[in-house]
Amino acid sequence: MKSLAELQAIKNRMKDKVVLRDGMEGARVVVGMATCGIAAGARPVLNAFVEGVNKEGLEGKVTVTQTGCIGICQYEPVVEVFEPGKEKVTYVKMNPEKAQEVIEKHLKGGKVVSEYTIGTVAV
Amino acid sequence: MKELSLNILDVAENSVKAGATLTQILLTEQDGKLKLEIVDDGCGMSEDIVRSVTDPFYTTRTTRKVGMGIPLLKLACEQTGGSLTISSVTQEENPVEHGTHVTATFDMNHIDFTPLGDVSASVLTLIQGHPDTDFLFRHQQGERIVELDTRQLREVLEDVPLNSYDVMEWIGGYLREQYETQPEDSGPNGED
Repeated sequence: MKSLAELQAIKNRMKDKVVLRDGMEGARVVVGMATCGIAAGARPVLNAFVEGVNKEGLEGKVTVTQTGCIGICQYEPVVEVFEPGKEKVTYVKMNPEKAQEVIEKHLKGGKVVSEYTIGTVAV
Repeated sequence: MKELSLNILDVAENSVKAGATLTQILLTEQDGKLKLEIVDDGCGMSEDIVRSVTDPFYTTRTTRKVGMGIPLLKLACEQTGGSLTISSVTQEENPVEHGTHVTATFDMNHIDFTPLGDVSASVLTLIQGHPDTDFLFRHQQGERIVELDTRQLREVLEDVPLNSYDVMEWIGGYLREQYETQPEDSGPNGED
């Protein structure tokens, strides 16, 4: 059974990591989580990013956050990737599988998955 | 929305946006009926706004304050024969006790009842996006009570964020275990 003692152990383990996180300047993955995004399936997409980033050991370099309606509801789930010194990348009509690909190719490999970006999808 | 849990996530987001320090998500299942309550201590809404949030056509043309979230929840409960009520006290009306209380009731046996879906995932998503506000989640199904209070976790965690991956994983497991270890319908007389 999960206990608060177990949580205490996690806390002790995490304490040092928190300090590291404050000083970092990495990529930011933003998932649109307004009514439009949620209805289109943003929750599993967000979950895929949170889990995938951790699994790939990117948690020190990539933060995953949520935002409201980005304004292009017909292309939801929408995910924006911000990297310092680079132009914003907007991925549209996302799903967990595409999210996994973005993590591997873009966040890990540094190469934008252009077939899922708004410029390619919205012709 | 494919799952009611997505409506819950959507409407609870409104509470966070209203500046709530504590958002309560309460689900009570009894005799084929489901009561959903979302209770917050946010800034509250005036009577006029409360009236307009349930009707998407009343205000969308004049203000962007109101969206589709509440109308979708209203639809989901009314199509089962249930109802939606909202009561709210603004900060101006009462500087100490203010906030909004949304109550939706459902007939779970109605053919148009939307399945509840993965409520734990919605609670986790709320915590992931808003680690600095508190959530109380309570899901009562007959005798089974699944509960999570982030204020208790925060006491243990101190300044470790609630949305740290390991903490989120713990919360997920904590909820899952509560759902799995308690029988869904152990009435007071054992079997029935």
